[in-house]
Amino acid sequence: MAPVQAQALPTHADSGIVPEKVRDGVDLQINGEHFRHTGDPQMPLLWYLRDILRLTGTKYGGEHGENGADLVLVNGRAASAISLPVKDLTGKQITTVEGLSANDGTLHPLQQAFIDEDAIGCGYCTPGWLIAGVELLQHKNKPSDDDIDQLPNLCRCGCQTRVRLAIKRTAAGKAGQP
Amino acid sequence: MSQTSDFHPIGRIQLSRRRFLQVLAGTAGALVVGIGTAEAFDAPLPPALLGDTFYDLGAYVRIDVDGNVLIGARDPDTGTGVATSLPRIIADELDADWNRVSVVQLGLGVSNNNGQPRWTYGHQVGGTGSSIPAAWADLRQVGALARWLLLQAAARRLGVSANRLRCDSGTVIAPDGRRVTYGSLAADASQVTLPTTVPALKAAADYHLIGTPAGDVDAHEIVTGQIHYASDQFYADELVAVLAHCPWPDGTLAKVDSTETLAIKGVVKVLQLKPEPGQPWGSTVIAPAVAVLAKDTWSALQGRAKLKLEWAPGASASEGSYALEQQAAALLASQAEPTTRVRNDGDVDAASKKAARRLDATYFQPWLAHATAEPMNCLVRLDKDQAKLVVPTQAPQKAWAVVQRLTGLNPDQIDIRVPRVGGGYGRRLDHDFVAEAVMLAKAVDKPVRLMWTREQDFTHDYYRSGSVHQLNATIDHKRQISGWNQRMVSASALAHRGVPDSQLWDSELQADQLPAGLIPNYRSDWYAQQSSIPRGPFRGMPYLSNAFAVESFIDEIAHLMREDPLKTRLRILGQPRQLPLNTGRTLDIGRLTHVLQLVADRIEWKDWLRTVNGLGIACWHVDGAYVAHAVEAAMQGEKLIIQRVVCAVDVGQVINPLGLENQVAGATLDALSTALNLAITFKNGQIQQHSYKDYPLASMAQLPDAVEVITVASDRPPTGASFLAMPTAAPALANAVFRASAVRVRRLPLMKELLRLL
Repeated sequence: MAPVQAQALPTHADSGIVPEKVRDGVDLQINGEHFRHTGDPQMPLLWYLRDILRLTGTKYGGEHGENGADLVLVNGRAASAISLPVKDLTGKQITTVEGLSANDGTLHPLQQAFIDEDAIGCGYCTPGWLIAGVELLQHKNKPSDDDIDQLPNLCRCGCQTRVRLAIKRTAAGKAGQP
Repeated sequence: MSQTSDFHPIGRIQLSRRRFLQVLAGTAGALVVGIGTAEAFDAPLPPALLGDTFYDLGAYVRIDVDGNVLIGARDPDTGTGVATSLPRIIADELDADWNRVSVVQLGLGVSNNNGQPRWTYGHQVGGTGSSIPAAWADLRQVGALARWLLLQAAARRLGVSANRLRCDSGTVIAPDGRRVTYGSLAADASQVTLPTTVPALKAAADYHLIGTPAGDVDAHEIVTGQIHYASDQFYADELVAVLAHCPWPDGTLAKVDSTETLAIKGVVKVLQLKPEPGQPWGSTVIAPAVAVLAKDTWSALQGRAKLKLEWAPGASASEGSYALEQQAAALLASQAEPTTRVRNDGDVDAASKKAARRLDATYFQPWLAHATAEPMNCLVRLDKDQAKLVVPTQAPQKAWAVVQRLTGLNPDQIDIRVPRVGGGYGRRLDHDFVAEAVMLAKAVDKPVRLMWTREQDFTHDYYRSGSVHQLNATIDHKRQISGWNQRMVSASALAHRGVPDSQLWDSELQADQLPAGLIPNYRSDWYAQQSSIPRGPFRGMPYLSNAFAVESFIDEIAHLMREDPLKTRLRILGQPRQLPLNTGRTLDIGRLTHVLQLVADRIEWKDWLRTVNGLGIACWHVDGAYVAHAVEAAMQGEKLIIQRVVCAVDVGQVINPLGLENQVAGATLDALSTALNLAITFKNGQIQQHSYKDYPLASMAQLPDAVEVITVASDRPPTGASFLAMPTAAPALANAVFRASAVRVRRLPLMKELLRLL
């Protein structure tokens, strides 16, 4: 096969098109995708996700993330998104609730188990429970009741007993089964 | 309505418009059927449903040529499951295949009736226990009507009279076995002239969805983070507004310096908000506020932090929750005349003179906050002849009234979308935050997305008032309870809301509450307490506070008489019979006794005197529904372990058993969490709880691992269940704690008091 002849591309002087200068910013990796945040590097991740990326699955829980509704995974560890300035997140892998399922839409077993057990009240705090539960299951594939008791999340609707069942169902490999 | 390309989709689906039948029930449940035109909602369609292929079969039902069915959910779903249960009521009468049904959350249905609003969907309230009874009264007819239209179309096509056809899972079947799908009939059915009378409803034996369990219709969108609450919706050209509220609802702004705020990049404007004088609580700004409007949330929050504000206190600055409680106790000690004598049967004083024994006890309950997961927020766009809002509300018709008053728009120029709501508990029956957002949008001529922070949610609520309950019982020589005298002091939730003083007791205690009607000499008095701290509707009110006092006191009577407290209760309730209630309902003693027996049997009450673990029990009735709790608790040093919780309910016909179980278990956990830990206090008129750290909802570890729910099978008309399980959990717990620790807790929150008394 003949080598492809290198072809001289027109310069912008020829075309009149001036490419935009690459802007400085903070490089982030969220749910496997790359983003560059060019705004205030002190902006908490929560507001970057919600206001800029419109990834609204991560909820505002409070100024200190007190109820766990704003949990995300940072390198596999659950962390409060409102407490993380984006400048500190370069090179880290961030997963939000939107990133728990596979690219083809297949749910994470814990997501499926939440559906199986109907482990939902109003649903506002559910993404936070899922993130905390996924972290727990990553570190302990058979968590005990005491392990589950350590989850930091709060819920006024009273979904806790069903969340417990969903975590146990996942641990037993029974997500998606009757 | 024009399509706004930048509007983030609110609901699940947008509907095409062919013909619009207005089908709604009057107050008596009579079906009113009319044909009119109405505007389509203009949220974008999901791609899978694009195309004008859906045909309307009434205001709630649409079917496409492939047999996909859309059913509207009219009541806001705050986590109560009505977005699932209400459409299933329709789908059952329609004989739809639930696997082909998509649920559409409806916005506010309002049309212009000579300048007055006409509510297209009738009932549109969530989280007050009224959704299911209202739906039972008219939504079955909606489903039956749509089914009737399909049958008429099928009859013409098959040449068979409609009454010889039957329906099964989205198919009409002829006597000879020929089948026609709903999808193929939808176009014809949408052209059938409406009947003049309501088609017959199904017999209970024919239900295929009612009474069978179904998961939440939003579950998949919730677990994938795709569902949009109001706070997840945006306009591209919006300004984000955050507020600094005055610490006192009746205070004023003395000084404001916003220089540094306006220097923050992204901050656009700083504005003031003031409550409108004379407007009732819940319909205007809750307290004076300074609003920072910015291009994004982070800029707005930074701007708010830089505000230099001085607030001047109002009269409320002299108030403290401790002082209010002392006043209440002094009021009860003074033997002053009550504000309202709520009930007076027989002669309590005469019974007292003849008594063999007496028992007195006083119960204290704290102020409470709603602590919804999703803080108050509102998205609003005002155009010249159009207001478009996304509101996390339990009562969109009430939100409409606030918008209408502030904008002066015609009824149908106000478009209110109601997505799934992150918790209500009564907080979202008030619309102060809607007034704030509309006022700001009027001032800036841009869409406004108002967002409260967690601290504001705790410090600017319409709280549940604290209360003091003094109970006195007399026991005659035959060991019967001969007299019951109950006196309660609280600040009414109905004050400052245009309710006459003579009716303010109505939110605080009930004339019919247990054991009224069961004891020959019974008196209940209510004493009003004045307070400038705002109050409002609260989940389970007024049963929550009264059931704790009454059901604890009955245990104290049993203890005094050295009797099994279950037996004492059964003795008070007596033989199964129907007792007329002041509300016009009847109290079915047999049903109440039954739920009590169910929990007693399940928790093995016969061992109630077991020494290590304590058993406690309680029962109540709520608007025609019956509930009982039994709790097993143990003390490990200073640690309280709730080992078992059993709850039995009788709500009549169950629509969705899984949804009911979740409501009952959820309300049980909420009630336990509240009773164990929660109190709002104020000093100098300022709320002292600012976050979950100060108002600690129970952690997973503190709560029981399971709640065992028993549901009574019944074909009586269904009642609501959103707060049914709230009243009895706390007294059952306190009664169990008494038997486990010998400590009687008469003051909530329980843990603090228990540790003080141990």
